[in-house]
Amino acid sequence: MNDRRYPETTADRFESPPIAFTDRTGREVEIRAYDGSAEAEEALVSMYTAFDPSDRAQGIPPGGESRVRTWLEAILADDCLNVIAWCDDEVAGHATLVPDGDAYELAIFVHQTYQEAGIGTRLIRGLLGHGQAEGVEKVWLTVERWNRAAVSLYEKIGFETSNAESFELEMALRLNESSDEE
Amino acid sequence: MKVLCGIGGSDDSLRALERTVDRAAVAGDELTVAVVENPDSDVAVEEVAKRAEEAIDEAGIDAEVRRVEGDPGSRLVDIAEREGFDEIVLGGGRTSPMGKITIGPIAEFVLLNSMTSVTLVR
Repeated sequence: MNDRRYPETTADRFESPPIAFTDRTGREVEIRAYDGSAEAEEALVSMYTAFDPSDRAQGIPPGGESRVRTWLEAILADDCLNVIAWCDDEVAGHATLVPDGDAYELAIFVHQTYQEAGIGTRLIRGLLGHGQAEGVEKVWLTVERWNRAAVSLYEKIGFETSNAESFELEMALRLNESSDEE
Repeated sequence: MKVLCGIGGSDDSLRALERTVDRAAVAGDELTVAVVENPDSDVAVEEVAKRAEEAIDEAGIDAEVRRVEGDPGSRLVDIAEREGFDEIVLGGGRTSPMGKITIGPIAEFVLLNSMTSVTLVR
């Protein structure tokens, strides 16, 4: 897994959160970095326990509250970077960077009620802005090949396909200049 | 049931071994453990075979451990079909730090090509 290829050029600069905007249906949304509070964690648990299983990807988010809690505990750890899209005190979406050796694995979820309103694009850009500010160099993700909407969003942001040989497409992005290369 | 459990030493394959051996002890399955060469596994083939023998001894069952050389996926499918196995059991895939499940090339080949039923152990 360490022979993953990353784009040679570094991605554009992304704005870091907080980022406030009005979504395509007129809802006020704000993207903020996860503050480590119990309230934010509970709001995430609520979003994921109400998450439509048909939008699951490779087993995540898991089903059922106890599995959701165990999973969140792992990805809300101090060495991970998390960003939440808030609509009032409800979580509309969540994006995360989880360390994996010298890189970070990315995942993003937008609750069904809030999909197709432009929130996902803002959310992933907010996460990458947060990652850039925190000095993250390399990011990778996997996505189902049939999920054209997601693949084209990732491409638009600057992700390049790094492995097309398995069930899922693997894509990678260089977020900051690496200190050890070039 | 005549069961062929294919393992190459990855964590998920060792979990599959454990579960298959446990099941065989209860259900009286006729079990063969095929030790394949998985290039993604850090564990040597000899070590994998040893672990399989140990698991079988511990469960107190009678099962064959067979070293299988060559392309793992196609060899497993071939053995299962030629020798009339009812089921192929494999590890259920790796889990990324994020918790995403990824199916490796061996399981992918077996799933797509096998005429024998396949179980992936989670």
